[in-house]
Amino acid sequence: MQRLSREAIAARVAKDIPEGVYVNLGIGLPTKVADFLPNDRDIFLHSENGILGMGPAPAEDEIDWDLINAGKQPVTLLAGGSFFHHGESFSMIRGGHIDICVLGAFQVSVNGDLANWHTGSADAIPAVGGAMDLAVGAKRVVVMMELQTKRGESKLVERCSYPLTGVACVSRVYTDLAVFDVGPAGASVVEMVDGLSMADLQALTQLELKPA
Amino acid sequence: MISKIVESAYEAVKEIPNGASVMISGFGDAGVPNELIDSLVEGGSGDLTVICNNAGAGETGIAALMKANRVRKIICSFPRQATSHHFDSRYRAGEVELELVPQGNLAARIQAAGAGFGAIYTPAGYGTLLAEGKETREIDGRNYVLEYPIEADFALIKARVGDRWGNLTYRKAARNFGPIMAMAAKCTIAQVSEIAPLGAIDPETIVTPGIFVQKLFDCSGASQAERRENTCSA
Repeated sequence: MQRLSREAIAARVAKDIPEGVYVNLGIGLPTKVADFLPNDRDIFLHSENGILGMGPAPAEDEIDWDLINAGKQPVTLLAGGSFFHHGESFSMIRGGHIDICVLGAFQVSVNGDLANWHTGSADAIPAVGGAMDLAVGAKRVVVMMELQTKRGESKLVERCSYPLTGVACVSRVYTDLAVFDVGPAGASVVEMVDGLSMADLQALTQLELKPA
Repeated sequence: MISKIVESAYEAVKEIPNGASVMISGFGDAGVPNELIDSLVEGGSGDLTVICNNAGAGETGIAALMKANRVRKIICSFPRQATSHHFDSRYRAGEVELELVPQGNLAARIQAAGAGFGAIYTPAGYGTLLAEGKETREIDGRNYVLEYPIEADFALIKARVGDRWGNLTYRKAARNFGPIMAMAAKCTIAQVSEIAPLGAIDPETIVTPGIFVQKLFDCSGASQAERRENTCSA
């Protein structure tokens, strides 16, 4: 059994993004998806801080700190790109104008609840950013994450134990071992890496899974 | 002749009293009015309620206000950053109150204040800790949380070009919260890197009309050339 690297998960997410859609990539792992979007497709990347048509990272000598992404890293603007203020940017999100949003997660439940902003630990400094707005606003919210924590616990769960970001908002979860659809009907397995069986995956997640 | 231009950053912020609520534009380092904040720190006002996206990083900007212990409460969406140590230590010591607001709700509540709404129903945050105890309503099968406007006594924003009537343009993603904060404060103070003669800014490109701006300050002065490199790049 060969786990997918983070890059391979990103490439798998990118494969499902069709031409012509408006996409928001969350901070952290999802940012990698941009590296795997094929150049021959017009895909519009939205950044919550007021950018549509966001391009790749600039060359060292072209860095402009007024042109950064949601993770505060320098980016570029593609021809046809635009700038706007935060009110408009989150109207795009909340108003259902963003087709696909890719978020990272601490946990996702089989019915699509998302937990990705707070571990709930007492000494943690909470930060939410745009995650709650994206979770309820984008037409399709997908998650990209490793299936297990470092301690081997499944992050796809029956019910999230961490504080929620959004209720029943996720529709697909891309992981290093499998791709799942989640929602009112529970979790189903869209695909698995070679050498992994449904029984292995059930044992690993402790969930009732069915084929998609 | 009306001119909203003031001579210095100090002149611009000197009326901000202890206990004032102050909106500060910026997302990361982009659009943070560092010169105005520096003058606010130098001026000594404290017990402030600050409304912004982040809680400061490194040593400058909002971090400098935190370091100087001038902030009683901060309303923001993303305080935790790799170098937010000045906020982190004040927060852990219980010296600064935090109201954490989802970023889009922050923007919408600021817009609601500027636009004169009494409250808004927003879907973001429904069913989460951040909506606990708040009134909710189902509208057309979707759940919403009642949130109230956020207004402020002052807004400190960074723009690119301004004129003496207070019309403003912005630069790239440094626009972020500037235009909406300008609408939500009783007194909006803009720092710009260029003052244009009246009529020189194409009216089609003005982002913030002067009605929302009370004072502006040109931070491109020669004496501040060094700082301009970091805070006022044109």
